[in-house]
Amino acid sequence: MHKVYHRIERIAGNVITVHATGVGYRELAQVTSPRGTSLAQVIRIEGGRVDLQVFAGSRGISTDSQVRFLGHTMQVPFSDALLGRIFTGSGQPRDGGPAIYENLIEIGGPSVNPAKRIIPRNMVRTGIPMIDVFNTLVESQKLPIFSVAGEPYNPLLARIALQAEVDLIILGGMGLKYDDYLFFRDTLEKEGALSRSIMFIHTAADPVVECLLVPDISLAVAEQFALQNRRVLVLLTDMTNFCDALKEIAITMEQIPSNRGYPGDLYSQLARRYEKAVDFDTAGSITVLAVTTMPGDDVTHPVPDNTGYITEGQFYLRNGRIEPFGSLSRLKQLVNARTREDHRTIMNTMIQLYASYKETLEKQAMGFRMSQWDRKLLKYGQLFEERMMDLRVNIPLERALDLGWEILAECFEPEETAIPTRLIEKFWPRQRAEIETASAQPATVGT
Amino acid sequence: MSENIGKIIGINGNLLTVEFEKPVTQNEVAYAMRGDLRLKSEVIRVRGRHAELQVFEETTGLREGDAVVFTGELLSVELGPGLLGQVFDGLQNPLPKLAEKCGFFLQPGVYLDALPRDRRWAFTPIAKVGQVVRPGDTLGTVPEGIFSHRIMVPFALSKERNWTVDSVAMAGEYAVEDVIARLRNERNETVDVRLVQRWPVKIPIRAYEERLRPTEPLVTQIRIIDTMFPVARGGTYCIPGPFGAGKTVLQQLTSRYADVDIVVIAACGERAGEVVETLREFPELQDPRTGRTLMERTLIVCNTSSMPVAAREASVYTAVTIAEYYRQMGLNVLLLADSTSRWAQALREMSGRLEEIPGEEAFPAYLESVIAAFYERAGLVRLYDGSMGSVTIGGTVSPAGGNFEEPVTQSTLKVVGAFHGLSRERSDQRRYPAIHPLESWSKYESIVPAEQVALARGVLFRGNDVSQMMKVVGEEGTSIEDFVTYLKAEYLDAVYLQQDAYHPVDAATPPTRQRYVFDRIVRILKTKMSFESRDAARRFFQRLTQVTKDWNRSEWESGEFREIEGRINKMVAEVADYA
Ligand SMILES: Nc1ncnc2c1ncn2[C@@H]1O[C@H](COP(=O)(O)OP(=O)(O)OP(=O)(O)O)[C@@H](O)[C@H]1O
Ligand SMILES: [Mg+2]
Repeated sequence: MHKVYHRIERIAGNVITVHATGVGYRELAQVTSPRGTSLAQVIRIEGGRVDLQVFAGSRGISTDSQVRFLGHTMQVPFSDALLGRIFTGSGQPRDGGPAIYENLIEIGGPSVNPAKRIIPRNMVRTGIPMIDVFNTLVESQKLPIFSVAGEPYNPLLARIALQAEVDLIILGGMGLKYDDYLFFRDTLEKEGALSRSIMFIHTAADPVVECLLVPDISLAVAEQFALQNRRVLVLLTDMTNFCDALKEIAITMEQIPSNRGYPGDLYSQLARRYEKAVDFDTAGSITVLAVTTMPGDDVTHPVPDNTGYITEGQFYLRNGRIEPFGSLSRLKQLVNARTREDHRTIMNTMIQLYASYKETLEKQAMGFRMSQWDRKLLKYGQLFEERMMDLRVNIPLERALDLGWEILAECFEPEETAIPTRLIEKFWPRQRAEIETASAQPATVGT
Repeated sequence: MSENIGKIIGINGNLLTVEFEKPVTQNEVAYAMRGDLRLKSEVIRVRGRHAELQVFEETTGLREGDAVVFTGELLSVELGPGLLGQVFDGLQNPLPKLAEKCGFFLQPGVYLDALPRDRRWAFTPIAKVGQVVRPGDTLGTVPEGIFSHRIMVPFALSKERNWTVDSVAMAGEYAVEDVIARLRNERNETVDVRLVQRWPVKIPIRAYEERLRPTEPLVTQIRIIDTMFPVARGGTYCIPGPFGAGKTVLQQLTSRYADVDIVVIAACGERAGEVVETLREFPELQDPRTGRTLMERTLIVCNTSSMPVAAREASVYTAVTIAEYYRQMGLNVLLLADSTSRWAQALREMSGRLEEIPGEEAFPAYLESVIAAFYERAGLVRLYDGSMGSVTIGGTVSPAGGNFEEPVTQSTLKVVGAFHGLSRERSDQRRYPAIHPLESWSKYESIVPAEQVALARGVLFRGNDVSQMMKVVGEEGTSIEDFVTYLKAEYLDAVYLQQDAYHPVDAATPPTRQRYVFDRIVRILKTKMSFESRDAARRFFQRLTQVTKDWNRSEWESGEFREIEGRINKMVAEVADYA
C-alpha cells in the first residue's frame, strides 16, 4: 500500500534524501540496506526532496537501499505488559522478552492545556536533608541534576527513585555507559522495584539518532499511565547526550547554530520534553528527574543554561554533595509552608549563614585575622557540611530541622541569626545551656 | 469571490513554502489543510510565486501538495466586553473552553470565539443620532465587572471620513454580536457597530489625542522598586536575569500588588506551571482596592514553552493589543511579559528557517527594531474626551548564560525607562528580590524624596567599596569608620531592599509606609555612631537588623509597630555619637 523508493540521492551524516511525493511531515519510513533495516523519520520536505534522519545511522546505506514510507509517525505500545521490561531507544525489546504490539500510541503528542493542570501540592520525601529541607522536591516537578562527569549522579538518581513514593518508575537512558545501565537494572531489581519500572535504554554503543527518541518514548508512556491516575516518576539520564544528538542533526542539516554549535531551537526542543511533567486535574502526575552533565563544569554552557531556564530548579552536584548554592527547587514554597512552621526559616537562615561562612573561608585563605564572628562561622560551616550536606545522611525532614536548630545553637547566639523572635522563643534549643550546667554539677559534687 | 487556495511544496519545522496563484498579502492569515483540520498560519515572506508561512501549530502530518486557504485578513483579535478574567492562548483561544471541548490536551486546529456569544451585556447608549464621531469615540457603555466598558467607534474605520451616528440601540441587554449603532459617512456608506470589534495585533491602536511623558509613579509595593528604581504609569521597564534569579516571582508579586486598573499577563514561552499558579489563585484572592477577586482585573495570554513556537510571537502582540484597548477606556493597564527572550528566540527560529543572514548569536538583524516597536506601544495618552489612560510594559529578559552582553538584553536596555537587573550572586545569597542595587537604574521619579535616595545610594556604593577593599586588606586593615559604613550598607540592604515575598505583611509595602520607614532608615544611616571594636559594631548591627526585620513584619501603625520603632530608636540612641 505504501510507496517504496529505491533511489537515495544524498547521504550526509545520518540524514538521507529521496525524491518522493505525498509524504507527511515527521512520517516514519523503513530503510532497508544489506546491513539491515532501520527506521527513519522525515525532517524536511522541499519541492519533492524528502530528508530523513536514520535512527540506526547512515553507515552501510547505499544509493539503491530501499525506503518504504509507513504512513504514520513514531509509535510506542502502551499496556501494563511494559512493566518490568527493558527496551531500546526505538522501543525494541532489549531484555530478550517478546515484542509488544498492543495499543500503539503516537509519541511527541500535543501539550497539556494549562487549564487542566493543578498547582502541585505533594512533597516527595527523599531522606536527603539537602533536598528535603533546602530544596524540597515536589510531585510533578521537573528537575535536573547538574553535574560534572565523574560525580555519582546515577546512584543519586536511583536513590531518590527508590525512596520516593511513586507508583511507577520510567527510566530513559541516553548514551548510557553499559555499566551504568547494568547498575540501574541491578539496583531496581535488588530493591524489588523492577516490577514497577520500565526502561528505555540507549547506550553509548547504540546509534546516535536513536538517542533522540528516548525522552519522547519515555514521556509518552508516562503520560498514558498518568492519565490512568498513576503517579509516575521519569528519570532521564543524560540529557546532554540528547542535546548533542540534536546538535549533530542540526549541523548535518546545515542549520545556522546559535551558540557553540547548538541549534537555535534547543530551548524549545528541551521545553517540549520537560513540560510533559504535570499534575493533572482529576488524574495522576508525572515527575521528571533528569541528569545534565556540564561540559567543563560550566553552568553557562548552552545545555545546562537552556535547561535551567525550563526546569523548576536544579540540584547542583559537586564534590559528592548537593551544593546549597546553585541548587534550587522552585516549587518548594508550595509545600514547605505546610510541613513545619520553622521549615522556611531554617532553610533561609542556614543558607545565609553558610554564604557568610564561604566569605570567611576566602578571608582565611587570604591570611586575614579571624574575628570572633569569623570563628563562629568557621565552626558552623564545618558542622553544616558534616551533619547535613554529606550525602550519606539519611533522615526524615523533621529530624533534619531539629538538627538545624542544634547546629545553630551550637555556634551562635539567637540574635546573630536574624531569626524572627517568635520562632527563637519556640524552637531555639534552650536546654543546651541547662544541660551543660546540669552535666557540670555532678562533677562538682563528685570532687 | 472565489477562494484563494495555494499548495504546499515544502515543510521545514513550522515553516511552509506554498505555491500560490492569486495575490497574497504580507502577514495575512492562511489555513493549511490537514484533512479536515485547518491549521492557522501567517504569511511572513513572499518570493515570486512562493509564499512562506509560519504555522501556529505543529506541522506533523502535513503533506506536500496539501491545500492552503488564504483569508486576506491580518492576524487579529476580538475586542469587546468579556475579555477580563479570561485565559487565552497566543491566538486568543479561551483555554478553559478549549479544555471543555478537547479534554486534557491542546488539539491543533481547534479555534474558539474569544468572547462568549451567548452572554448578554447591559448597554447604555451615550452617542446621539446625528453626532459626528471618530474612531475611538464612545457610543455607549456596558458594565464589565467593576469597570464601565466603553463601546467605541471601531478603530479600523477610516479617520478621513466624516462619520455620523445614524442610529443607536436603546438601553438594554445585548450579546457581543448584536448591532448597537449604525454609522454613516459623507459618501453615504454605512457600517454596523457591534459590542465586539476586531483589530490586527501587529498595528498599534492610536485613537487618542496625544501621547504624554510618563511622570506619575506606578506603585508596585516592592520597596527596592518604588524607592530606588521606580516605574511610571505609561513607562517601560525590563527585568533581565539568569535562570532562577526571581524574574517570574517579581512579576507575580507585581501582578498582585501593583496599583493599576488592569493587569495583562503575557506568559510567553515559559513554564505552564507558573500560569497555573495565577490561574488557580487569583480567583481566590481579594483585590484590596475593589474588594473583588484579583481575577476580575486580570487577563492572561499564555503561550507556554511547549506550545507551538510561532504562536509565542503572536502572544505578546495579542496581549499588548488588548492592553491598548482598555487604555482607550481611560484605564491604567500594566502588561507583564515573561519572557521577551522566548519571543526573540521564536523570531530567531523562523529567521533561521528562512535562511536570513544572521546577526549576533544568530538572532535576526531586525531584532532591535522589533523590540523597540513593541515597547513603543506602552505610553500615557490623553484620549479625545480628555481622560487619561496608560499602558505600562514590564518585560523579563532571559539572557543566555546570564550574561547581559547579549542582543536581547542590549536591544531592550536601549528602549526602556527602567532596568531591574537581577544578579545570580544575590539570588544565591537569598537576597530577594535579587535586583542589583548598584547596577540597576530608572529614569522615573521615586515615591520618596530624591535626596534621600541619593544618600542611600551613596551608602551602598561606599559600603561596596569598603567590602571590596576588605577583601584585599582584611578587616584588621579597615578603619572602624569604614567598617561601620560597610555595616550600614548591609543593614540598608537587609531591612529595606530585601523583602520577604511570602510574608503576609512584608510582601507588600504601601507608599505611605515606604516613605515613613525609609525616612527612619535614612536617619539611621546619617547617624554618626561610635563603637569600641569592629566586633561590637557588628553585634550591634546584627541586633538592629533583627529588630528592624521584626518591624517590617508588624502591621502598619499597630501597637507592635510603635513598640518596635521605640526599641529601634533607643538602640540607635545608645550608639549615636553626638560629638
Ligand atoms: N522575592 C523572592 N522571595 C523568595 N524567594 C524568591 C524570590 N524570588 C525568587 N525566589 C526563589 O527563586 C525561585 C526562582 O524564581 P523565579 O521562578 O522567579 O526565577 P526566574 O528568574 O523567573 O527564572 P527563569 O528564568 O528560569 O524563569 C523561586 O521559585 C523562589 O524559590
Ligand atoms: Mg521565570
